Amino acid sequence: MEVAEDIASDTFLTAAQTWGLNGIPPHPVAWLYHVARNRARSYLQREAVFKSKISPEIKKTTTGVEEQEIDLSPKNIEDSQLQMMFAICHPVISPESQIGLSLRILCGFGIDEIADAFLSNKETINKRLFRAREKLREEKIRIEIPDAGEIDKRLATVLTTIYLLFTEGYYSVSREGGVSREGGVSRPGEIRKELCVEAMRLCRMLVDNPLTDKPEVNALLSLMCFHASRLEARVDEYGEIVLYDDQDTGRWNAGLIGEGGYFLSRSASGTVLSKYHLEANIAYWHCVKEDSTEKWENVLQLYNRLLQLEYSPIAALNRTFALSKTKGKRAAIVEAEKLKLEGNPFYFALLGELYTTIDDQLAKEYLQKALWLAKTAGDKQVLQKKIDRLGLGLGLGFFGLTKCHFVIFGRAGDFEVHETDLLFLIAILYGVYLVGVYFFLSFAEEHTESDLGNHL
Amino acid sequence: MDEFMLILRHPDGTKVASPEQMQIWMKQTMDWIGGIAAQNKYVGGNGLLFDDSRVVSHHHIVTNGPFGEVAETLGGYMIVRADSIEEAVEFAKGSPILQGEGNSVEVRKIARRDGVH
Repeated sequence: MEVAEDIASDTFLTAAQTWGLNGIPPHPVAWLYHVARNRARSYLQREAVFKSKISPEIKKTTTGVEEQEIDLSPKNIEDSQLQMMFAICHPVISPESQIGLSLRILCGFGIDEIADAFLSNKETINKRLFRAREKLREEKIRIEIPDAGEIDKRLATVLTTIYLLFTEGYYSVSREGGVSREGGVSRPGEIRKELCVEAMRLCRMLVDNPLTDKPEVNALLSLMCFHASRLEARVDEYGEIVLYDDQDTGRWNAGLIGEGGYFLSRSASGTVLSKYHLEANIAYWHCVKEDSTEKWENVLQLYNRLLQLEYSPIAALNRTFALSKTKGKRAAIVEAEKLKLEGNPFYFALLGELYTTIDDQLAKEYLQKALWLAKTAGDKQVLQKKIDRLGLGLGLGFFGLTKCHFVIFGRAGDFEVHETDLLFLIAILYGVYLVGVYFFLSFAEEHTESDLGNHL
Repeated sequence: MDEFMLILRHPDGTKVASPEQMQIWMKQTMDWIGGIAAQNKYVGGNGLLFDDSRVVSHHHIVTNGPFGEVAETLGGYMIVRADSIEEAVEFAKGSPILQGEGNSVEVRKIARRDGVH
């Protein structure tokens, strides 16, 4: 596995050097495969020579390495990647190791880039990947697509990893800039956007293969398409997040929204309604511009079902927000106060939002509590802005949650340094996604007539 | 935290509601369950259909049922987590089934199988 990694990195390095001097070749993909093949061959030759020399009793006749023909047909390449995906996304290693190895091996990211994506350092990432590989070797995990009997269970882990990869990129797209593949300083968020693209590419590979073309895989791809349609619109040229309200809908990717719809319809088969189905449907409603009772009623029902499948604090908060849109703020306040999520800044941000116009003083107190609990400068700034606005008696746009993902991500970042509780990380990253939905829903609050499409 | 079963009862399960009415009930039921699930207190539950229902009695006498002389029939059940019977009762009060006269929700604590209960 390390060998494959090294060859891949080496090939990319050669590409970066050569293409920089000579320009991009007419067939870059073919070029990469060609170089990689040559590297692989010479590696195998070297290996063989080395082995034959240190163990002469086995074979004295040096050189005799046959020319190995490596099958580089697109089909074989895809099959191998799929097999590798199953080997990497294996429950014996932690989710963040799965993501790390996926980025390294399936997506060709450098250690620097992975460290940047995880807000970590090279050493930590190197160690983590090393341990993960050791573990895969110890457990004798084979590089293959699991049998029909096991595929559903294993596929669930693969999908979780792909989804984590996506949310990792999506909800931290505006984080401070990183180092690009060429080694220079990239536009902020560039690498993180790549994570989203890679997650979608991996998921597409699963959809393209009859063995893994399952309804929930289509649902996940649909979900990612819907969200990714706004990737361009939600970050400005300086890398700052563009608030939902301010987004240029012209920069939404209509093609991706269309694809989202296509995969959503493909997901509508079988008998199992996965959380990806529900989330894809919620994401679909986010792509509907007009605010309407129908929309919020649908979103509410989807959250009702999602919560029955799998509880998460963020889904509970989102559900309560949707309720305020269908039954009014007062009804939502009653339900919100039952959630008892003290300790969660977004709980108080929601209460602050619901009490606005009903009891501005109380709203302000809640927002201040949220501010006190908020963990990042971005959250604090935004909450402060809201409090100031309330003080001035101005209409309160729901700015508060636009950056809430940072808080959660900050926590996820801490985990990577220590040993991670698998479920907790999943819950948190899942929350990250839902928080995004939440801030979308929330932001729509004060813009009931228009701009609904401007989300995320 | 204990688990309680909320047992939903109708006096007559043979009444057929209009599709519109069914849809309203369904939405109300989902909002009810969603509110409990949002507190992380929903464990599970389901509706019980009247189609293909039978009652098997002593001496293996099988009858279509549970209709006729049976005063109450089960319409469904839900399992919740609650700190006390009072809290479970509060959950039960939210059930849309209680809009119908004669309907009821029975609240029962589930045995823990811990050797004591």
